[in-house]
Amino acid sequence: MESIQQTESKIIELKPFTDEMIVNMGPQHPSTHGVLRLELRLDGEIVREAIPHIGYLHRCFEKHSENLSYPQIIPFTDRMDYVAAMNQNWGFCLAVEKLLEADETKDFEVPARAEYLRVLICELNRIASHLLSFGTYGMDIGAFTPFLYAFRDRERLLLLFEKVCGARLTYNYIRIGGVSEIITMEPGSIAEQNYLDEIEEFLDYFEPKIDEYNDLLTSNSIFSERTMGVAVMSAEMALSYGATGPNLRGSGVDWDLRRDEPYSIYDRFDFDVPVAKDIPELGSVVGDCWSRYKVRMDEMKESVKIVRQILAEGLPDGPVMADLKAVRPPKGEIYFRSEAPRGELGFYIVSDGTPKPVRVKGRSPCFSALSALQELSRGLMVADIIAIIGSIDIVMGEVDR
Amino acid sequence: MNQEEIYKILTDKFGESIIGYDPELAGDPTIQIAPTAIAEVCQYLAETDALKFDSLMCLSGVDMGVKEEDLSIVYHLYAMQHRHSVVLKTSVPKTDAYLPTVSHIWKTADWHEREAYDLYGILFEGHTDLRRILLPDDWEGYPLRKDYQEPDFYRGMRVPY
Repeated sequence: MESIQQTESKIIELKPFTDEMIVNMGPQHPSTHGVLRLELRLDGEIVREAIPHIGYLHRCFEKHSENLSYPQIIPFTDRMDYVAAMNQNWGFCLAVEKLLEADETKDFEVPARAEYLRVLICELNRIASHLLSFGTYGMDIGAFTPFLYAFRDRERLLLLFEKVCGARLTYNYIRIGGVSEIITMEPGSIAEQNYLDEIEEFLDYFEPKIDEYNDLLTSNSIFSERTMGVAVMSAEMALSYGATGPNLRGSGVDWDLRRDEPYSIYDRFDFDVPVAKDIPELGSVVGDCWSRYKVRMDEMKESVKIVRQILAEGLPDGPVMADLKAVRPPKGEIYFRSEAPRGELGFYIVSDGTPKPVRVKGRSPCFSALSALQELSRGLMVADIIAIIGSIDIVMGEVDR
Repeated sequence: MNQEEIYKILTDKFGESIIGYDPELAGDPTIQIAPTAIAEVCQYLAETDALKFDSLMCLSGVDMGVKEEDLSIVYHLYAMQHRHSVVLKTSVPKTDAYLPTVSHIWKTADWHEREAYDLYGILFEGHTDLRRILLPDDWEGYPLRKDYQEPDFYRGMRVPY
């Protein structure tokens, strides 16, 4: 095992130049969105190298999963990306459902009502997640007010989630075969109508707010100066590093799994996919921090559009859970990806036909996007690192798993 | 292009390095590849215009059980332009888990391979920076192997809870 020793000796072997300074940024730095540690090699204020060290939140979700039955794994997925937990639940359930569908002996279909509820809740969760990203990004750059505005609106969304599943952050709402039945809203009941009215009220309130936030932060000259033209990620680089979601669209690649590989019932809705463009009069280049941020702001509007379509159609009648006696997928393996707020969330599941999986791998969008940080930050200023981390929008719970 | 056509192209090009193709099991069919040829096959898949697999979605190690002698490494590839995907699988013995790296083809493989090394102890030859990524640098053993025994103590802290 000589090569292990070789690589391990490399870690210790730091060769600082005479005028080079090594600074640890994090793991308790507020701008690192959790517990990311960056080992910065600085030449004055220029970053020669920013080496990310991750794993401070590592729970080995994958080892846990091997000892649990499929439904028991769902709460663990909540704790991956805890600001968009609904989408994580859904990603995992979609993968298991896909594997279950491969079993021809069992007839199994997710009921229409559950599909509508899933899209409804997950799009609201996407808004909540992008709001948090917008608020904290502003705060990273030095604008405190947007943070308060974002959390004020996010609070209303969390109350909506609380009504439907009883939890504010880790929902465990979407289950294999449907959604949780613990808090029932009878089809056509007053409770359901009230809930939908409340969502509509929120959307009426929230939609004009997006423009307000754009006035407040997006076009703010200090913010633009800090983010435009900084850390440009080309489309090739984004693809090679596996950056997905808003980070990929921020690099000008027109790609959204909801539209291009529609899963669930996304093909029934009409929405646009915001993609970054060069805006010379402002100074923004495709792939810079500002583009990635702007894609998220525009995506909130699209999510509002999708939710409005569901509200206009109304929730279909029927059950919210498929008739599934036991979750026992056939022998085989599946990789299924869905569009989470931070990008392509994939689950790779290997089943041997027993109620417990042999292997579960969560392909986290933040993990891949964060690996680009080292190349992105080379040669920039220390302050730009903050701008990059905020713009790729990482959640360490998902990076470390 | 579907998996079967890609399998045909690969067998024509690489012959015996392509071990098999199994569409029988539920879920995604996989193309089994000899571990020594994996980097060449990936390079070919990424650079040929008709295939153009420009994105590595996922790279994962798999340990099927204590009795198995091999570890598997699974590559999920996707081509943005042609919109087709392929699943490659290769296996290496647990006692001698060496494999050529693909991190020069897709940069995302850098961290994914480090993760596979960290949790499975798979050594990727040619990887420029193969060190632990999620676990502490001085952690012993590879936790996702099925025969892994957690240590009683780590730096004076009790490990099993």
